[in-house]
Amino acid sequence: MQHDPASTPVVDKKTLWKVIGASSLGTLIEWYDFYIFGSLAIIISTKFFPADNPTAAFLSTLATFAAGFVVRPFGALFFGRLGDMIGRKYTFMVTLLIMGLSTFAIGLIPGYQTIGFFAPLLVLILRLLQGLALGGEYGGAATYVAEYSEPNKRGLRTSWIQTTATFGLFISLIVIMVTKKSMSPEAFGEWGWRVPFLLSSIMVIVSYFIRRNMDESPLFKKAKAAGTTSSNPLKESFGKKYNFKFVLLALFGAAMGQGVVWYTGQFYALSYLQSVCKVDFDQTNYIIGAALLAGTGFFVVFGWLSDKIGRKPVMLAGMLLAIVFYRPIFDQIFQICQQSRAQQALALTDTVQLALPDIGKIIVLAFLLVLFVTMVYGPIAAFLVEMFPVKIRYTSMSLPYHIGNGIFGGLLPAIATYLVTKAQTANQVAVIAGQSISFDKPHLQGLWYPIILASVSFIIGLLYIKNKDLQFQE
Amino acid sequence: MNKIKRAMGIVWILAGIAAGYYLLVSQAIPQFASGKPEDTVPAIIYTFILTPIISGGLLVFGIYALQGEYDEN
Repeated sequence: MQHDPASTPVVDKKTLWKVIGASSLGTLIEWYDFYIFGSLAIIISTKFFPADNPTAAFLSTLATFAAGFVVRPFGALFFGRLGDMIGRKYTFMVTLLIMGLSTFAIGLIPGYQTIGFFAPLLVLILRLLQGLALGGEYGGAATYVAEYSEPNKRGLRTSWIQTTATFGLFISLIVIMVTKKSMSPEAFGEWGWRVPFLLSSIMVIVSYFIRRNMDESPLFKKAKAAGTTSSNPLKESFGKKYNFKFVLLALFGAAMGQGVVWYTGQFYALSYLQSVCKVDFDQTNYIIGAALLAGTGFFVVFGWLSDKIGRKPVMLAGMLLAIVFYRPIFDQIFQICQQSRAQQALALTDTVQLALPDIGKIIVLAFLLVLFVTMVYGPIAAFLVEMFPVKIRYTSMSLPYHIGNGIFGGLLPAIATYLVTKAQTANQVAVIAGQSISFDKPHLQGLWYPIILASVSFIIGLLYIKNKDLQFQE
Repeated sequence: MNKIKRAMGIVWILAGIAAGYYLLVSQAIPQFASGKPEDTVPAIIYTFILTPIISGGLLVFGIYALQGEYDEN
């Protein structure tokens, strides 16, 4: 059924902002919970994944990180189904509690030296639970806010949900930095790293009580009263060709490209500074934190813009800019770090402390990466909810979103790091053998993954997505 | 425009096949064969997660495009 503005429930501004605030806060906390694990990946690898080779330990942690991401689509299916059958509100209350308890529990697990193999096993299980919860949370929050929003402001309203992922990362970096600064490095390495995990419980309790007092989505209530909700959302979403073709289009024409642009701009940028450029750990957090802070407002700007000119042009422009400018931007970051390393007479493997002007330059470059993220990510919630009718919305929009972000995006740091390491090793072997090197710029090899995927997504989106597919259906 | 959309369906089908070949033959099988624990996890991810989604998804998407499911009318 096409959207009928007259049938859209009208709520007052106060209620609307309460809905946006409560949804965003809970989602922000879930992202925070999810990111502190990634942000502390290097420390966690030494605590739970014993290995002589630090790179191997780091990759092990990233693999666990990926396990958290890979499981997200299953969370999307499980909780999406529940959300379409029993309601949005109760479903994302459950996801919030699962996420909070899992995060808290990670902060309590003894290290490998204390309980041996059970330590990484427990971390892995809790990480999987986090992934499941996150898979159910986002679709619920986006759907909930969209179903309260005015028809011509859906991009703007849901863009607040979009800011939470970046704010979640930002807050996780701040909490980690403050915790580190408040104690000695030894204490942080010994037990202090657990504090950000344990702090999560307070935020979850606050968010739980705020959400508990919220009402169910008006469109879902209306559908429930009319008896038009689905009894089998999974079958209707993926078993019917008419809906499934839109799920595929949403995945390959939007979510895949958006996912890799997002993870390159926020997470690979951090991983690249730490592992490829070997910049001081604290400085990398300051740099990415500053870029995120400067860029976050643009989620709302591009969400608003998508209400004016359409979701498709804004998102595709972001993908195109990323495809064109990733290599120059990452190369420039690398050159700045190399120059600084040369000035300090440091070896390639040494950690470098950047001077303030260099930090400033890299913040500007990282901000550009975040800007591309805001273009593709700001309108995506509105884009996805508008593709599917209310009775299967939670399920249908959650799956492409979490495959695009969880799998295509979530595996990006591990795949990109692998590609860089492989290129660097090939060059080293060539040098030892007295041959010419195979890769002129091995540090950029990891970027081929997001560039190729974003290019495919751009072409599919450009060719196949029609504006009439994006009319809110009830 | 519809003709281009349908013709590109063949490209997505071929891309799906190429992705499947790369993920399984070039990546997963050698990693399973290596027997190293650190290779097993990526090999499982390649085989059971990435191949069905990327290769299978692109194949079905390509078939739908070729059949005109995404045509303007």
